Amino acid sequence: MGLLNKLVKWARSKSPWILHLNTGGCNACDIEVLAALMPRFDVERFGILLMGSPRHADVLVCTGPITKQMKPRFRKLYEQVPDPKFVMAVGNCACTGGVFKGCYGIEGGIDTTVPVDVYVPGCPPKPEAIIDGVAKLLAKLQGT
Amino acid sequence: MSRVTIPIGPQHPALHEPEHFQIFVEGEIVVDVKPRIGYVHRGIEKALENRTYIQGAFLVERVCGICSNAHQCTFMMAAEEAGGIEISEKASFIRTIVAELERIHSHLLWLGAAGLEIGFETLFMYVWRDREVVMDLLEAISGNRVNYAMNILGGVRRDISPELADKIRKGLDYLEERTNYYKKLCLEESTIRKRTDGIGVLDPITGVKLGATGPTIRASGIKFDVRKNDPHLKYDEADFELITWDTCDTFGRVVVRVLETIESIKIIRWCLNHMPKKGDIMPEKLIRRVPEGEAYARFEAQRGELVYYLKSNGTDKPYRVKIRTPTLANILSVAELLKGSYIADVPIALASIDPCFSCEDRITFVDVEKEKAWTWTREELRKYSREFNEREKRW
Repeated sequence: MGLLNKLVKWARSKSPWILHLNTGGCNACDIEVLAALMPRFDVERFGILLMGSPRHADVLVCTGPITKQMKPRFRKLYEQVPDPKFVMAVGNCACTGGVFKGCYGIEGGIDTTVPVDVYVPGCPPKPEAIIDGVAKLLAKLQGT
Repeated sequence: MSRVTIPIGPQHPALHEPEHFQIFVEGEIVVDVKPRIGYVHRGIEKALENRTYIQGAFLVERVCGICSNAHQCTFMMAAEEAGGIEISEKASFIRTIVAELERIHSHLLWLGAAGLEIGFETLFMYVWRDREVVMDLLEAISGNRVNYAMNILGGVRRDISPELADKIRKGLDYLEERTNYYKKLCLEESTIRKRTDGIGVLDPITGVKLGATGPTIRASGIKFDVRKNDPHLKYDEADFELITWDTCDTFGRVVVRVLETIESIKIIRWCLNHMPKKGDIMPEKLIRRVPEGEAYARFEAQRGELVYYLKSNGTDKPYRVKIRTPTLANILSVAELLKGSYIADVPIALASIDPCFSCEDRITFVDVEKEKAWTWTREELRKYSREFNEREKRW
């Protein structure tokens, strides 16, 4: 592996920028994701930064099931994220559709629309669980 | 001056949930706003019809994760009213305590988010740090930080022991001290005042006409609070004040929420002191079926009045549930209160109603619009967009 590749890999795993996206969830996972970014849990110490635009992000942190309304928009957002991109599904709904399974307005989990790298189950997962998911993702980043 | 349309959302840094707003501006001034809701529509009301009350309790909780207890509690209140099920004194106290703890959590969350919107990140970090205290208390009571699953038909699922009550009291002392500090901060700090004074003005008459509720309308000086006007749970006995503010702007909404947090702490203290030591918290035998009847339950959720209509038919599943959430009531006033403000003030003015789109997006009203959007082919959509643009030019 060339030096440049090594450098890129190092940079990627030391500062993954995330885009937090609610694809139709109930907010509970969103506040836990935000809580993970706050002083008490502070995932920023891993170099993780919350971004506003998909074009700046490396990792899509998705919460909630995919609603039929969000599906085409979500695909569009996903396509805007530069390669290589990673997707984290936070919460039961994002993993499988969870409690909303069978509702007419939803498609199912995130993986019905885009490939998912890390699943974090829980309703909502505690910030510790989200941090664990992040650590697993970072390990994956180092492997790429 | 020519009119420019600025689309905000469905994904936007100022919105934490998918929602779309078309903002029409002339220069820097907002002249009109069109909210487009429905991205979070999941079909919960329909799903409730083929789930039992016990399953439904977990589903309504996830209408909105921030006011989860309010939803579950109102659903249970409606079912109990419809079926004539009584709840014990102690269960009623516990419901009130959890509801008020949730209000504190939600109001602090909002205060932090508002700090973020106005670029006051220190406030954001401080408030969210202190909010962890109330999250810990809720976790100690219910076992989960969010979505507490406390209510069942005829009572609550978990008791508050005297040791736990002491822990809550200790937590409240800390929260009270911090909230008083935020109160001082909000009333005196010029950073907050400069960004919120006179922004997003909603005069009381328009507010009432558009059906705004909760802190949004109380900040316009209207004394409307279900806890006082139509008391449920233990609110008729609890000693607290109805907070209003008469500046009608975003600043008023900040102050109302901070002061309400202090009142909530008072209510919880009162409940802990007056809660019966002994007594059942739930019926001995789990209630599965609700006798035939219909009911209409009102609850003062954090964002305003939450209403559940429930019709039962004697089986273990509700016949029909209709939910009316506070954000839906408030979203109409958004268009009104954004008019005339600067583009830069849109995020905070929008946030000032504490919008919760996951709450709002289950309503039938959305279906109508949504059906349209679904059935349109690309060509039809293009045609509509052309027509729409032509109309825009004519304006």
